[in-house]
Amino acid sequence: AAAMGGSAPKQFKATLFPGDGIGPEISEAVVKILHAAKCPIEWETHIIDVRSKKPGEMLVSREALDSVLRNGWGLKGPMETPIGKGHRSLNLTLRKELALYANVRPCLSFPGVKTLYENVDVVTVRENTEGEYSGLEHVVSPGIVKSLKVITRDASMRINEFAFKYARNNGRKKVTVVHKATVMKKSDGLFLKCSREVAKNYPDIEFEELLIDNASSFLVSNPSRMDVMVMPNLYGDIISDLCAGLIGGLGLTPSCNIGENCVLAEAVHGTAPDISGKNLANPTALLFSAIMMLREMGLREQASSIESSVFRVLSEGKIRTGDLGGKSSTTEYTQAIIDNLN
Amino acid sequence: EFFPSARASHVPRVTLLPGASRGIGKEVLDAMVDIFEAAEVPLRFDRIEFDDDGESLPESVKQTVLANGVAMKGPFFTPTDSPRRSMNVMLRTELELFCNVVHVFNIPGIETRHKNIDIVVIRENTEGEYSGLEHEVVPGVVESLKIITAEKSMRVAEYAFQYAMRNNRRKVTAVHKANIMKAADGLFLECCKEVSKKYPAIEFEGMIVDNACMQMTSKAQQFDVVVLPNLYGNIVGNIASGLVGGAGLFPGMNIGNAAAVFEQGVRHAATSIAGKNVANPTGTILGGCMMLRYLKMDAHATTIESAVMDVYASGNKTKRTPDTGGTGTTKDFAQAVISELDAKH
Ligand SMILES: Nc1ncnc2c1ncn2[C@@H]1O[C@H](COP(=O)(O)OP(=O)(O)OP(=O)(O)O)[C@@H](O)[C@H]1O
Ligand SMILES: Nc1ncnc2c1ncn2[C@@H]1O[C@H](COP(=O)(O)OP(=O)(O)OP(=O)(O)O)[C@@H](O)[C@H]1O
Ligand SMILES: [Mg+2]
Ligand SMILES: [Mg+2]
Repeated sequence: AAAMGGSAPKQFKATLFPGDGIGPEISEAVVKILHAAKCPIEWETHIIDVRSKKPGEMLVSREALDSVLRNGWGLKGPMETPIGKGHRSLNLTLRKELALYANVRPCLSFPGVKTLYENVDVVTVRENTEGEYSGLEHVVSPGIVKSLKVITRDASMRINEFAFKYARNNGRKKVTVVHKATVMKKSDGLFLKCSREVAKNYPDIEFEELLIDNASSFLVSNPSRMDVMVMPNLYGDIISDLCAGLIGGLGLTPSCNIGENCVLAEAVHGTAPDISGKNLANPTALLFSAIMMLREMGLREQASSIESSVFRVLSEGKIRTGDLGGKSSTTEYTQAIIDNLN
Repeated sequence: EFFPSARASHVPRVTLLPGASRGIGKEVLDAMVDIFEAAEVPLRFDRIEFDDDGESLPESVKQTVLANGVAMKGPFFTPTDSPRRSMNVMLRTELELFCNVVHVFNIPGIETRHKNIDIVVIRENTEGEYSGLEHEVVPGVVESLKIITAEKSMRVAEYAFQYAMRNNRRKVTAVHKANIMKAADGLFLECCKEVSKKYPAIEFEGMIVDNACMQMTSKAQQFDVVVLPNLYGNIVGNIASGLVGGAGLFPGMNIGNAAAVFEQGVRHAATSIAGKNVANPTGTILGGCMMLRYLKMDAHATTIESAVMDVYASGNKTKRTPDTGGTGTTKDFAQAVISELDAKH
């Protein structure tokens, strides 16, 4: 219910996972900025100490998961994923335990950040629980593998409902369903059918169907023709990264996971061990993830005010972090955003 | 007929499959044939028009392609709403055209954001997500099978490295999602790795498909030869062509042990523009040139390719089709290529 931006209570509690590497620095920056913008949020911080975990142990403790479920809101910095220690993957744990069925990744050209593309403003809505990520694979005989993709009506209806509602709530004009139903007639066909069914209830939102190949081609040649896109799991993974490339990489792309009972905003970039602890990291991606959370909370004024402040700072071009070709520190950049809030 | 001349018997025969009325096949193949005639290419075309909206690939089509060993096709149209399988896919699987090659590159005279791009996308063409094995387990729950075999993966990987060697390419990138599909994509990646060991002169790397697509949009120049399972090939091929001018421009071929089929590399029926004399025939013409090289008629290929490039280099927008910012028709373009050929004589 929280995800759909129901009636907003006055005071919020949210769980904060600062994460590893640059995580604590950028989380601190985000918390400061949200505080300065008068967001009525009280944070409940949980440090996930990945290194101390034994093999086989869950990376995220029950207590931490319960905190997100209880509060309904969470913000997560990048976390280290130990390779080959037999842990259950962090992202999989969170997705499953928190029932995060939708992943939303908006990509917006930042003023003053030069890439080959201008005026990109698209949102990928990705089904987050099934499809090619079923983990059901089977060696039929040596050298022959089958991998199962699962598409269900329930999950497809839910994600399409979410996408159209998101479009309406966020003043978007169009929803494009991305599929490959010419080849996967039944599975993608089912997803497409659900899109069509849901679209009927949203006459105010334009509806379009596009094959994944055409969508990819349009995105790299004329991205401004796209608006909100909804699609099964793997296509969402591919298309959202493609879109991140259009605006200058993962360092600027926010991401928000929507669950039945909670919302978890996160930065999709890594822990950047090369610059961690040096006050050099760019908090923009995590900040925009937090802005998405604010919008879901119904804190629209605060969200817009922070957003315009970032745009002002970036387009002036005087204060920016090293990854964007600037010389400023995380704290200088953070202060500039605070100073530009209105 | 009892005593055919020796010369005539050396003229290769090529099956022409334009596809039915809904796609752009007819007009772009006509353009190609006109140009080949003007260039006096010694080829005979066996043109077969059949219903590409049918349930199955006609046996006669299959036999002609196998007899000639070489075919040139237009895109066949596949509806989303009918259970009928794609005729394009049927042709590929029934003729066992295991490997698809699409060459995408900057064409001088066509302005694009991305510069210095020259990528060869080599794709497994018969299995993967295109198996067609799907079923509804219970109402509202559908399973779709992706099949990866070592046999097909080895074959396509082998082809990719051979292609790289023969065409002086320096690197092969295998694109996969083996972190999620550990067994299926894992097998594909393993096969590529194994084959790469036989080609130490060629650099080899693996890349996860989402990252590859991000790299494509920001630093596509890093790619040289890319080898991938079926669906990723479809996506990456379309991204690559989208970077440098669109689907209508680039050639492609499907290679098997018994036959080779050439076409516009980025396959679209383009129903919305079909029959209007505006489709870009460039990809099909260059696909024809790929075919000429396959038939060891390199000189003819070079002549026609350079005539095509000259039309773009001239910058004359009245000679190009609308997809490349022009005002010309399919026929105008073909005529312009023919004029360039005449000028070379
Ligand atoms: N928020 C950020 N601000 C500045 N630079 C960043 C940021 N995030 C990533 N980078 C830079 O991008 C590059 C890739 O870093 P990233 O952390 O995403 O991957 P990684 O080094 O593989 O880490 P991990 O193993 O945690 O995924 C690094 O050079 C890093 O410094
Ligand atoms: N040879 C070509 N010349 C010009 N445009 C092409 C050519 N081949 C493909 N296209 C363009 O590529 C895009 C994708 O083609 P596709 O066949 O998937 O679309 P379509 O069937 O025409 O669908 P729609 O009717 O929705 O455009 C279309 O916009 C089409 O016009
Ligand atoms: Mg990804
Ligand atoms: Mg089409």
